[in-house]
Amino acid sequence: MFIVVTTMDSGESQVSEYQNRRWMNIRKLLERSGPFCHPDFEPSAEILDFIMNSCKVLVVGAGGLGCELLKDLALMGFKKIHIVDMDTIELSNLNRQFLFRKNDIGLSKAKCAVEFVNKRIPGCEAVAHHCTIQSLDEGFYRQFHIIVCGLDSIVARRWLNGMLVSLLEYNDDRSLDQSSVIPMVDGGTEGFKGNARVILPGMSACIECTLDLYPPQKTYPLCTIANTPRLPEHCIEYVKVIQWAKENPWGSGTALDGDDPQHVAWVYEKAQERAMKHGIANVTYRLTQGVLKNIIPAVASTNAAIAAACATEVFKLASSCCVNMNNYMILNMADGVYTYTFSAEKRQDCIACSNTPHVMEIESNATLQVIYDKLCEDQGYMMKSPGITTVINGRNKTLYMSSIKSIEERTRDNLKKKVTEMGLYNGADILVADVTTPSTITIKLKLIENEDVEMSR
Amino acid sequence: MASPSPKSPEQSEKNKQYDRQLRLWGDHGQATLENGHVCLINATALGTETLKSMVLPGVGAITIVDDNNVSDEDIGSNFFLEITSKGLNRGSEALRLILELNPAVQGHAVQEPPDQILQENPDFFKSFNVVIATALNEKTILSLSQHLWDINVPFMLCRSVGFLGSLRIQMKEHTVIEIHPDNDQPDLRLDVPFPALVEYLDGVDLESAELKDHAHIPWIVFLYKAVQKWQTSYQNMWPMSRKEKNDIRNILHEFMKIDNCGVPIYQENIEEAMKAVNTALVPTFLPSRIQELIYSSAATNLTKESSSFWIMCSALRGFVEAEGKGRLPVKGTIPDLTASTDHYVKLMNIYRSQAAMDAEIMYRKVQQIVTQLHCDSISEAEVKLFCAHAHDLCVIKGSNIATEYQLGSNVASYIARHLEEPDVMMVHYVMLRAAEMFISEHCQSPGDWEPEADIAKLKTCVTKFLSDISCSPFPKDDHIHEMCRYGGAEIHTVSAFLGGCIGHEAIKIITKQYKPVNNTLIYDGASTNTAIFTF
Ligand SMILES: [Zn+2]
Repeated sequence: MFIVVTTMDSGESQVSEYQNRRWMNIRKLLERSGPFCHPDFEPSAEILDFIMNSCKVLVVGAGGLGCELLKDLALMGFKKIHIVDMDTIELSNLNRQFLFRKNDIGLSKAKCAVEFVNKRIPGCEAVAHHCTIQSLDEGFYRQFHIIVCGLDSIVARRWLNGMLVSLLEYNDDRSLDQSSVIPMVDGGTEGFKGNARVILPGMSACIECTLDLYPPQKTYPLCTIANTPRLPEHCIEYVKVIQWAKENPWGSGTALDGDDPQHVAWVYEKAQERAMKHGIANVTYRLTQGVLKNIIPAVASTNAAIAAACATEVFKLASSCCVNMNNYMILNMADGVYTYTFSAEKRQDCIACSNTPHVMEIESNATLQVIYDKLCEDQGYMMKSPGITTVINGRNKTLYMSSIKSIEERTRDNLKKKVTEMGLYNGADILVADVTTPSTITIKLKLIENEDVEMSR
Repeated sequence: MASPSPKSPEQSEKNKQYDRQLRLWGDHGQATLENGHVCLINATALGTETLKSMVLPGVGAITIVDDNNVSDEDIGSNFFLEITSKGLNRGSEALRLILELNPAVQGHAVQEPPDQILQENPDFFKSFNVVIATALNEKTILSLSQHLWDINVPFMLCRSVGFLGSLRIQMKEHTVIEIHPDNDQPDLRLDVPFPALVEYLDGVDLESAELKDHAHIPWIVFLYKAVQKWQTSYQNMWPMSRKEKNDIRNILHEFMKIDNCGVPIYQENIEEAMKAVNTALVPTFLPSRIQELIYSSAATNLTKESSSFWIMCSALRGFVEAEGKGRLPVKGTIPDLTASTDHYVKLMNIYRSQAAMDAEIMYRKVQQIVTQLHCDSISEAEVKLFCAHAHDLCVIKGSNIATEYQLGSNVASYIARHLEEPDVMMVHYVMLRAAEMFISEHCQSPGDWEPEADIAKLKTCVTKFLSDISCSPFPKDDHIHEMCRYGGAEIHTVSAFLGGCIGHEAIKIITKQYKPVNNTLIYDGASTNTAIFTF
């Protein structure tokens, strides 16, 4: 505590007087009780001391939301902030990522953001990690009291969610050891819309519990773009998917790079030619870029509002000065300002957080392909490229894995085989790995008899 | 290997920098924003966070009016002040740090109290597209809002206290052509097809088409043919009832091709037609909202000062009454649907040409009016945009803050009604107003120094406010207690949330795209709730 003036010499007491004044706004919330406080809240100066000197917060992402979050947390008294982002600064970031300037283009987002905020807000000790979230281990994540995410990638969010769930510990009676819970506050924006949510892993709905809240990505069927293009997007997709590989304008092996203006310009021209041929209008450079890079519109104001809503929740979690949002807020600023807060429900069979064995029902004569498709398409899994292994007679056996080319070639034929041909049986476990989760998931197979039983009767 | 060198020009620096937002309001929206000049009164955290959301996307210029000096508390909550700012003029310091965000933005600082400007140089405010004020006292709110109402400059009055915040927008009138609706209603005119459309629709022969072609005929054609077939039994009628629509679905079913076993073959386009039965068969009509607009006095009594919006509304009335035969100009767009390239492009061009013809007629009418009025000309592009969005035109009629503060009978019963519901967000509004009264009387915020002692004093203000609107006092003191706990504190994240919203609404007001809040937003960060009230 820093208010014990009598034991300090006058220089120090001046500093503490100054600190008291500087943080006066927050101190009113933390050192006074109120009728709407969290039941556990006991006002005291120690709470601010905890926020400043003990509470470690991890900010994931140093983009539109991350910059705002870092500033918001630092001005709410947090000092021990870490921020992780592997990206470097681009010109198109500057319309909202307000800690960066034109001179910073090409530099690490995390480092630049930290440097700026530590300089602007004396006492702030933010630390940057210029790397992927996957390169940091359990020990790293375990050190934080709260994690707040401002990511644009669903896969990264799911991975992080899986990491926090994997840190959970359970007591002997299978009840959750609450001290192992690291709360996660998550924000996301798209144009004038956004959402903010509070997740207590193992206790409330996690990212995997609510996968259906993410809109499916827009895709164009191959036969449409090849045979019956109607929209300018179809023409651009055609050049991207078919014409590029056919013509290899920069030599074979050069992948199409949406950030290379020469590449974009080439696609733009070819797409225009194709559009002209079919009488389709409105292929523009901006649209070409948008389709190639799957660009999501973004503006400073939405990011500011969502990040602030998230930072407010972090402050509530750290201080208990107020009950947390329960537990999901959507914001729409296209027509007035509209928010709606609801309680997203925890899935009893959630693949990540349910702490019960996962069971997958398939017909007894199903092929491995059936399992693979379920893992990719079922609402409860929605995996990207699951690798499937099992243990037979105490030995690991890879059934299918698409992420490594040589293994994919070796195991491809397994997809057509019946699961029983590969030694799987009713009650057998399969182990599934995917980019959406840091840990391998064990799924118990339940083989059910075919429906033609009825016909033979 | 030599690299191909495409001829298409690279984008400009500015286009790249603003790319992510140009996808939301377009180049024309950006141009309007870059001509915008906003005035902020009081560079509190709420004020600077608001400006941040406007400076980053490139508003033309900002002017900060602030005669306060920077305090330690200011530095603790405001990102756009630094330790060395202590004791200096708050507006100038904030301006310096905010302008670092975007070199394209111009900035000015005025170190005078707003009351003094109002007295000595009231014309000062005329040059702004919007005036945003935070931390004003009641007296200044009344005089400033009245002045801005009189000179017709939009005003945004903002507060941030503890977990609570509010935004009140005062505009006499705000017109929006592009509201960017979430789901755009198609305008297909199947009940009143124009000649080119009839020619196309009649030219398609469903019977003779092979399966491959049949599966690539737009659902619009199927639906039209289904209605035609239905009309052979029901002359001069249009399918409206549920039964009639089911008849149409049955006819659509009959259009399906049959496989060798006599089973109908699934076709995506017919499936789409089935789905469209409910929406696409709604007869073309003049929406009553639009009818009200074009017959409102602003559109019927044009003057030299009339805005282009009302001139175009007047021309629209002319169109509806003559060439449009009671209907609006054709939108000129069709939804995405399963079709061959040839069909889709043909159909699209048919609608597009009709829209261009209608817009051409509209443009001539607009020109006539402009000539009669001797007013500024209106570009063809502007008229085209207006026609394309004629179905969604939006006018917001605002109300005066002074009227709200006087608590006349309409305002009083509006507040009382919400309090009876009971709507806790209206309780927050009352608390914010009562805290303002408290400051006027006691020259400090409730709970600033003595949270317990101020409860009784604030309660007096609340009770007075409630009696002014003929409401009984609150049964419990909890909200009064909470307001005293806040002690006038400005919490950064509460201001940052509101700042994002306010900056956003200001951009809507300047660009005249998207519908702004009408007219009051209340935010409670403690419960994570917002509410809109219209005073
Ligand atoms: Zn879960």
